[in-house]
Formats: sequence, structure tokens, C-alpha cells
Amino acid sequence: MSTSRPLIVHNGHAFPLTDCPVFPIEQFRREVIGGVTAGARLSAMFAYPHQPGAKRLLAILARADEGNMAVFSTDVDSDYPAITPDCPQTHLFERELFEQWQIRPVDHPWLKPVRVVAHEPTTTEHAANEFGVPVALPPQTEVGVAVALPPRTSGCSSAPDLFRMSGEEIHEVAVGPVHAGIIEPGHFRFQCHGETVYHLEISLGYQHRGVERAMLGGPTPRTIHYAETLAGDTTTGHAAAYCRAVEALSATRVPARAQFARGIALELERVANHIGDLGALAGDVGFLPTASYCGRIRGDVLNMTALLCGNRFGRGIIRPGGVAFDLDAGIIEQLRRQLDAVERDAHNAVELLWNTPSAMARFDGVGTVPLRICEQLGLVGVAARACGVDRDVRRDFPYGIYRFTHIPVSTWHTGDVFARAHVRWLEVQRSLAFIREQLDALPTGPVLETAGPLKPEHAAVTLIEGWRGEICHVAITGGDGRFVAYKVVDPSFHNWFGLAMALRNQEISDFPLCNKSFNLSYCGHDL
Amino acid sequence: MFDVLLARWKQGHRTMRYPAGPPPELPERFVGRPTIESGKCKVECRQCIAACPAGAITLGHSEKHVELDTGRCLFCRQCQAACPSGAITFGRDYRLAASERANLVVRDATERAAVALSDASRRLFGHSLKLRQVSAGGCNACEADTNVLGTVGWDLGRFGIQFVASPRHADGILVTGPVPENMRLAVQKTYEAVPAPKLVIAVGACAISGGLYADHPETHNGVAGLLPVDLFIPGCPPHPLTILDGLLSLLGRIADEPQPAT
Repeated sequence: MSTSRPLIVHNGHAFPLTDCPVFPIEQFRREVIGGVTAGARLSAMFAYPHQPGAKRLLAILARADEGNMAVFSTDVDSDYPAITPDCPQTHLFERELFEQWQIRPVDHPWLKPVRVVAHEPTTTEHAANEFGVPVALPPQTEVGVAVALPPRTSGCSSAPDLFRMSGEEIHEVAVGPVHAGIIEPGHFRFQCHGETVYHLEISLGYQHRGVERAMLGGPTPRTIHYAETLAGDTTTGHAAAYCRAVEALSATRVPARAQFARGIALELERVANHIGDLGALAGDVGFLPTASYCGRIRGDVLNMTALLCGNRFGRGIIRPGGVAFDLDAGIIEQLRRQLDAVERDAHNAVELLWNTPSAMARFDGVGTVPLRICEQLGLVGVAARACGVDRDVRRDFPYGIYRFTHIPVSTWHTGDVFARAHVRWLEVQRSLAFIREQLDALPTGPVLETAGPLKPEHAAVTLIEGWRGEICHVAITGGDGRFVAYKVVDPSFHNWFGLAMALRNQEISDFPLCNKSFNLSYCGHDL
Repeated sequence: MFDVLLARWKQGHRTMRYPAGPPPELPERFVGRPTIESGKCKVECRQCIAACPAGAITLGHSEKHVELDTGRCLFCRQCQAACPSGAITFGRDYRLAASERANLVVRDATERAAVALSDASRRLFGHSLKLRQVSAGGCNACEADTNVLGTVGWDLGRFGIQFVASPRHADGILVTGPVPENMRLAVQKTYEAVPAPKLVIAVGACAISGGLYADHPETHNGVAGLLPVDLFIPGCPPHPLTILDGLLSLLGRIADEPQPAT
């Protein structure tokens, strides 16, 4: 391909691989950095073997202003000049690239594994000023993705080093991988002076199950189940992203009634998780009434999903070509009734939280992520909208039902725990209204079409606004119509570093509250 | 304060009467315990085996006797849909737990085996069971539906069962997920930190057998290969009622009479 411009594609449209331009590395870097500077977001960047022994690096920039995506690639061998120093959004993608393919982004400021776990984490001494604050944060990013000295780690197999401060009265707190509640595992390392956290390093990988690798060679009967368990609390979100990729590659048209049913399932998932999070946030500040009520109401919403398919997490609903379960009159009636009850009870429980000054005092101004940092890191979903960023895949890159029915984007400007809670509550109300609207307008007709074989040597990028934020799936087929690459980017992959930034200069005792306000996925990150 | 009391009054008393009363209503499309009628099987058919995404169905002692391992099953019912003669049917029985791994395998006319601890263990744990939960590669579905047992609707605390923040305070561990290599050491250390005598409970297909992730080089096919498991609770994920039934049966808190497969 001789074109010198990125390929422009739409959400969920398949394109022949040969249409994707291959740039020299200098141009590839320029396109990423320039695109992000111009307001695009890096949705995915990953390598795949396009020929035996040859690796191709592919970048997908989501351009919300245009409602489309820019796709371009470059051929890489063993190393290239890192993009992270000029564009912090790439930091974790470049670390992943190094881990998976041993392609070294030279001068990456914090090049360590993403998912390799050291059983006895070691730490590296770093220079610190007289207050114990790490010196020489890269001035060009302000984000502190990185610190001055490179970690000792030179290859992926060795133990990942953790950033460490030193100085008088500096202490370190290690948490995890096993946590005190019923939560997934991850390791958190805090560098503290007194009660104040100067730096939090989040070290994940404990949940790595090899899903992306297992999806290669698909689709097989297993693949949809892998998609549904990428992050079990986002079953419908990831299943929708996978199915839309398959439908794009097989030119399958999803019936209108199925689009409505998918929208209902996706929004039920959002409502259930957001209400659960609001309750958990109340619990983390010791306000038990809202915690108890929301815990119960969340279960009621899961039971509404179970009305659709028998499973509380929506397993089995979304299938390539549509949905596997239709809604009959009885189910629609039950859903309507339960929507009313959930709305009434949730209103009562959550208003109580907003009207309790002692609880609100613990939300206000805690765990603030400045807007500038949010934009530099490319945060997504609730975490971004709580910083005032007007970003929502349902509006910016509409798909399925959202092309016809719009959900207003909910934002708040303070970037703190309160903002993340408040945005959730706004979204709950708007999703409930949306579900009711769809139940009233449900078209007749079939709900499932047969998806045929996939086009060979094609690719499709699908974006979905999961309840945590943007889910990105990229499927690439080989000559036999089977996946030669399948990339999954859970919203958590973008947002974990946001949590680390939210903890800067916070009291360490606020960590559980801040963590809950993000409520990110460990397995969705670790894959 | 008045608002708090008013809200409490409006929200009402929500804890279910089960097990004293009837169990909570399950959704119409709920998928429970499967049954197999091998009399209907055709020789050399094997369509159920081919349809199963999890490898849960195998041939038993003869070509005409298929076996379904609920310890691997995702309850997706692809086998039921594929079977030309209706030999496999998923019913609505939510009672799936077993204390022996072998009892999870459903064959022709399999009866549900009893789940219970020895009398000595029951004396120790029957009225107070503190568990440490270890998610080891779980997708957060089993975790979420274990967590929900702590909400006011289920109120696990009324049975003396509680999830605690340290293995030192625990009588056992409840494991979810296929146990990735990256979590193996953490699972073992957590187990070792629990004072003996102690229980191990495996919740979900992943923890029991690896489930969908069985034989991935990144995982260890669940916790059963690493630790002695006292209770297996199948499902992907199991319904909270299935989990609660398993826990209460183990502790002898509810009648646990074997039932014929229906």
C-alpha cells in the first residue's frame, strides 16, 4: 500500500488488511503523537505476526470529533524509539509489546512487564530529594508514568522491579495480591511519608489466563464463552464487542429486535454494576443504610438479566447474529414492574447518601484526578466523564440500537470520588429510562441470523461503551478466515494508572474508597 | 436521622425466609442440574460431545453411555440443543454441590449424593464458619455471586458464615477461578496461613476443573490439583442459591437427603 495517510474506518466495519497502510516507523510515531495531540485517543496498539517471523505493529486512534477511527501500521523488528516520552497514552501498550514480542521501545521510561508476576517482588532504590519525593519526574509528561532511573529489569523473565522512594521517615506499604474482601487479586505498593501517599505502583498479572492466545484460530464453539468471561462482570459488553467483530467480518446483519434486546442487556449490566458501586462506596465510608439497600437492589437488577436468559450475568444472551433469547410478553411485563421497583428503591437509597453530609464529606475532594492528567492518560468511561471529559462510545461511535436512540452523556467536573459516584447515579437513571423506552418500542421479527464464515485477510475494530468505559476488540483473519490476531482492550487497561494518579498526595486510608470509585477489572486487564 | 429511619421503613425487611421458608424464586429460564437418559442415545452419535465448548461430556463405559461432568459444565445447554434424541435435559434443580469430585459427574439415573462434613468437623464449624476468599483467575462472576450472599437479602451472617480479612482468622478458604500460575503461590500461602483443621471450598467450574480454561498452560486446572477440596459448587457462575445450598448442606444446616434425578 503506497498511501501515506491512515485508513479511516468506522466502528464495527470490516476492511481488507491490504487497505491498512504500512508506514515507516518515523511516520508511525508521528501519526500516533500528532493524532493524540489533535484530540484523538489511542484505543489499541499491538503487534501481530503478519508473516512467519515478521511482526507488524498496529495502532487504532479513536477520533471522537469525526466519529471514526484511524488505523495504520508499521513493521517492527527488535526495537524502535519509544512513543511514551512524547505520548503517555502509549505507556502500557509499549510495555505489553515488549513483554509479548520482545520488541523494545528504546527509552521507554518504565519498561517492565505488564503481566509477569514476581513471587517475591524486589524494589529498586531511586533518588529522592530531602522530603523523600522522587526526583526528576519526566518534565514533558507531568504524569509521572515514569521515574528517572530505568528498572533493573532487562528482560521479561526477570522479576519486575517496583519504584521505591527513600529518605528519612519514608515507608512502604505492600497490599495483595490476596485482598481482605471478595475481590480479584492484584498487588499495590505505596510509597508513603506519614499517612500521605506519594506514589502508588499497581502491579497486576495475577489473573493472567491466556485468553487472547486461546482465541487465536477461532471462531470455535469456545470463543464466545471466552468473550463472555474476559471480565465476568462485563459479560454482555465483551460478548457484544466480540459478536460485532464476527458480524462485521462475516457481513451478518443483526435483526432490529435483537439490537433492542442487546441494548436492554447492556444497560441492565451498567445499572447493576453502578448501583452496586454506589452501595460499596457508601460502605467504604461507613454509611451502612445505602450500602445495604444498594447491595440488595443490585441483586434485583441481576435478576432482571436472569429473566432474559436464566443467568444473572447475561451469559448466553448475545450471540453472533443477534441474541439467543427472545423477550415474550410475560418477560416484558415483569421487566417493567421490576424497573419501577428498582427505580423507586434506588432513588430512596441513593438520595439518602447525597443528603448525608458526613458521608459526602468523605467523597468531596478525595482522589481527585486533574483534567489534564485524565486527557494525557486517555482515561475512559466513568473515570473520564467524572473529570468533565465528554466521552462516550454510545454517542461518539454509535453502534446497534444507539444509532437510533441516544442516551445523554453524563459528566461532572470535579474529578474526585464524588464525581465518579455522581456520574454513576446519572447514568443509572438514564439507562433505566432507556430500557423502559426500548421495552415500549420493541419491533417484531426474528432475533437471530446465522453468521457465515469470516472473510479471509480482513480486520474489524469494534468499540462498545461497557459499564466501565470503552471496550475495544480488534479481530484479524488469516487466509483461512480464522483469527491470526485477536486483541482485547478492557477499559481497565486505560484506567488503572488513573487510580495511581488519584492516590497522589492522598491519605493511604482513602485507598479503598478511591479504588472502589474506579472499580476496575483485574482479569480484564490481565486477560 | 429521621431520613435514615424513613428510608429503612420504606426499604422494608428484605431477608428471605429460606431455609425456614421456601427458597427464593428462580427465573423461568434458570438452568439447573442436567439429567441423561442414555436409553435414548444413538450409537456413534456423539453430537453432544462435539457441541460442548468446555469438554464436559465424555463417553462412559460404553458407546451408548455419555457422562456429563458438571464440574466442567458451563450450563450453556449446547448439548441439549445438539442432541437429536433428547437424551440430555437441563432441569431446574439448583442443588448441585458435592463433597466428592466424582459425584459431580452425571450419568444415567445418577442420584444426587449427600454433602456433609464428618460429625467432628460439623461440631467445629457447624455454627461458626469463617472463610477467606481467594480469587485465583476468577472472572468476577463467581466472586460477585459469592459476595451477594453477604447482602441483606441472603444475610449469610445469620448462619454464622462470614468472609474474613485474614487467613489467620479463617477456618478455610473459598477459591474461585482456574488458579493461574501467577496465583499458585498466593493460593498455597493463603492455605498454609489458615490454622488447621481447615476447609477448602471450590466455587465455579474454573475452580473445580479449570472450566473453560482447563489445560491452558497459564493455569492449573483449578484448586483441586493443589489442595484437598471439601466442597465443590459447580456452575458458571453458580447461582447464589446454589452456593448457599452447598455451604448449608456441608455444615448440616439443611436437610441433605439424596434425591432421585428428575
